[in-house]
Amino acid sequence: MSYTVQDYKKGQPRWCPGCGDHFFLASLHKAMAEIGVAPSQTAVISGIGCSSRLPHYMATYGMNTIHGRAAAIATGCKVANPDLTVWQVSGDGDGLAIGGNHFIHANRRNINLNMILLNNRIYGLTKGQYSPTSPRGFVSKSSPYGTVEDPFRPAELCFGARGHFFARAVATDAPGTIEVLKAAYNHKGASVCEILQNCVIFNNGTHDAVYSKEGRAKNAIYLRHGEKMLFGENNEYGIVQEGFNIKAVKLDEDGYTEADVLVHDAKCEDNTLQLKLAEMEWPIALGVIRDVEAPTYDEAVWSQIEEIKEKKKYHNFAELLETNDIWEVK
Amino acid sequence: MEIKEKESVVVRFSGDSGDGMQLAGNIFSTVSATVGNSISTFPDYPADIRAPQGSLTGVSGFQVHIGAGQVYTPGDLCDVLVAMNAAALKTQYRYAKPDAAIIIDTDSFGPKDLEKAQFKTEDYLGEMGIDPDRVIACPLTTMVKDCLEGLLDPKSILKCRNMFALGLVCWLFDRDLNVAFNFLREKFSKKPEVAEANIKVIQAGYDYGHNTHSSVANVYRIETKHKVPGRYMDITGNKATAYGFIAAAEKAGLKLYLGSYPITPATDVLHELSKHKSLGVITVQCEDEISGCASAVGASFAGALAVTSTSGPGICLKSEAMNLAVIMELPLVVLDVQRGGPATGLPTKSEQTDLLQALFGRNGESPMPVVAAASPTDCFEMAFAASKMALEHMTPVILMTDAFVANGSGAFKLPDLEDYPAINPPYVPEELKGSWTPYMRNEEGVRYWAVPGREGFEHILGGLEKDDKTGAISTNPENHDLMTRKRQAKVDAIPVPDLEVLGDKDDAELLIVGFGGTYGHLHAAMDELRAQGKKVALAHFRYINPLPKNTAEVLLKYPKVVVAEQNMGQLAAWLRMKVDGFVPQRFNQVKGQPFVVNELVEAFKQIMR
Repeated sequence: MSYTVQDYKKGQPRWCPGCGDHFFLASLHKAMAEIGVAPSQTAVISGIGCSSRLPHYMATYGMNTIHGRAAAIATGCKVANPDLTVWQVSGDGDGLAIGGNHFIHANRRNINLNMILLNNRIYGLTKGQYSPTSPRGFVSKSSPYGTVEDPFRPAELCFGARGHFFARAVATDAPGTIEVLKAAYNHKGASVCEILQNCVIFNNGTHDAVYSKEGRAKNAIYLRHGEKMLFGENNEYGIVQEGFNIKAVKLDEDGYTEADVLVHDAKCEDNTLQLKLAEMEWPIALGVIRDVEAPTYDEAVWSQIEEIKEKKKYHNFAELLETNDIWEVK
Repeated sequence: MEIKEKESVVVRFSGDSGDGMQLAGNIFSTVSATVGNSISTFPDYPADIRAPQGSLTGVSGFQVHIGAGQVYTPGDLCDVLVAMNAAALKTQYRYAKPDAAIIIDTDSFGPKDLEKAQFKTEDYLGEMGIDPDRVIACPLTTMVKDCLEGLLDPKSILKCRNMFALGLVCWLFDRDLNVAFNFLREKFSKKPEVAEANIKVIQAGYDYGHNTHSSVANVYRIETKHKVPGRYMDITGNKATAYGFIAAAEKAGLKLYLGSYPITPATDVLHELSKHKSLGVITVQCEDEISGCASAVGASFAGALAVTSTSGPGICLKSEAMNLAVIMELPLVVLDVQRGGPATGLPTKSEQTDLLQALFGRNGESPMPVVAAASPTDCFEMAFAASKMALEHMTPVILMTDAFVANGSGAFKLPDLEDYPAINPPYVPEELKGSWTPYMRNEEGVRYWAVPGREGFEHILGGLEKDDKTGAISTNPENHDLMTRKRQAKVDAIPVPDLEVLGDKDDAELLIVGFGGTYGHLHAAMDELRAQGKKVALAHFRYINPLPKNTAEVLLKYPKVVVAEQNMGQLAAWLRMKVDGFVPQRFNQVKGQPFVVNELVEAFKQIMR
């Protein structure tokens, strides 16, 4: 059976006009229709925040839960029923501040969740406080003189927690977003997708460098596994290695040629270069940055249950009782 | 030699944490239960994992109460104290009756041992005022070494000391050693040489007692009365709780999911359930208490019997996710094995100080059923009952036990699940497809359960208030008021058994009221008072929210009522809130230790005066 976008859509979104969440929601509907898992077999689980309203606009099963706990709740849901396709949706506050512990442990355990991190670097629902991804010095209502703390870099956190999948897209870039969502679905294990999105009210312009198609042509690089890392309006730039680092260079200048340009390897177990790519400030890396196969927690839980069922001789409560030291009173 | 016929006897095994006192105690209680004695046990651990050997803080005890008739508690004071070293004698003697027999290992009373135990002289018996005639002083370590020389390595030989003490105690009570031997052969089935070594030592201990009986004041006999025929096992409260969840999941035909984080004294439930993968039990040791509960909410949404286990500090952290289950109206069992508080408090000790937290410790109007287990074996019944209540009424339920019942044990008559009621969750009927909305209720006011995977019932739940009719987010004032009332009415309507009155139910001058793990002590106190000719009754609560329908009738019937609890009056406060005109006396103790029956008896006599 195949599905259309309409099969996943529900209700009228109530985000501010121009909010990045609108763009992302449309891409998620499209990606789900292309993936083709039935709405009845899909659960979309969010925490609290502007972006966490998203499940209300899905015709799937879902929960809009409590602040920060989406990954933990999704974990129980997926482990209890591994047949469900589970999407966990959080903003940067929900996912990385109050829910930071669950974010890292879901990655460490490698639970087969598609983890969406809608990053607008601001708290929108509480009307404009800095978030754990706001840059140092960021001025907001709760930091009128600028923040005095460094932000998390989501990829670094994901990799530090031994995450096996990390991808990035810009909310306004539908094809790019759909591509990473499908890749996240196809990856078995915790799949983190950082979606760069704008908050028109409280942090307008935060991702300006890549928010428009023209901007992305100049300032972004689309990474594809097995392809040379070229970018620019005419592919005139490339990523090369320099010592222990990587850098962007203009080809045919300073002696660099296309032959020097690195080939992207998302499947490489060692995440060193993938991290370098994820953290580049120019160009900003988009697409699937890391995608490495590893055992998933939910599968391991159930295969262990099957294995122990084979080994042990008791399979119901009455048989369990018989495994104890029993005496009889006559 | 004098042979004492006794109704019941209390034996306390004590030694270093590593001395295997619990194993010796377990075997002794099993051996006694096999001849039909009733049993009740209680371990008393130090909070330190392994305090320095021979030190006062490193002593652990294990108390066994065996009786000809029913015993309700592990006993206040012991008739026999086994002290494996000087520190044990020093710290545990306070639990011995004035005429108790005391078994000591003289090899562990050397100058260094006495120093570590802070004795000032070598006359440790004199220092403690112990009559030497009551002491069975035995060079236990030497005798074990002689017995096993060449059979095991020196370290393993020392581990068998507990079995010598057990042999001595078995002799003292004229127990059949074959039961102990079978127990050990079963336990060490993979290491037969260890089993045989232990058996040899038990026999040596028994023979030592037999051959030197002239030094002992008395030997005890416990006959058996009121046998209830059947097959039994010894079970701790935590294990019984785990078994109750397994039984309920099987009865309901659901997967059992436990989300948990290790915390004393609840961790054994996680341990126990983690063993039973062959029954399909899923246990997730989560990153924190929050996730333990939150993941259980997720598992419940996905259609499992979801449980999260913890103690008071964990309830603090779980309360937000518990509240999510309240508003989403999903089944969930939250186990609170109470310990001493506040904050980290007394982690290994027992209190009943979480009751008001369980009833009220959440934001908003958050009605949640609360039930409490009365004894180690009752943990099975109440875990089953809590699961049934959660699944059939689509609500989180708090099951309260405490360190005392969780770690204590009793003889558990093997249950037959055929005798237990069916568990029927209110799954949404297929014919409602197309017209169903998430907050439609059945005639009992319970929301239907639509488990993900069913086509045509896709829906969104959440922590925001929802419209009664459509299930969409709603801030409508009338709707919120209506939904609040519906959630309350649903919990209020849950049927619970009537409150039972024991003792002089028609003409008691004093009604004793309690809840949860103090049942045994309150019952024993009532028995003692009645034996002294007083008119006393006991009403013990296992169902706390909602309260039994006859609660007011019972509480207002008697001239005097005392609510006895291990807190500052939490049950009394709850009952006064629920029963107009109820003004009880109170007996409150917050020591982290079980009640002492004699203290209860004296206090209740004061009230009756």
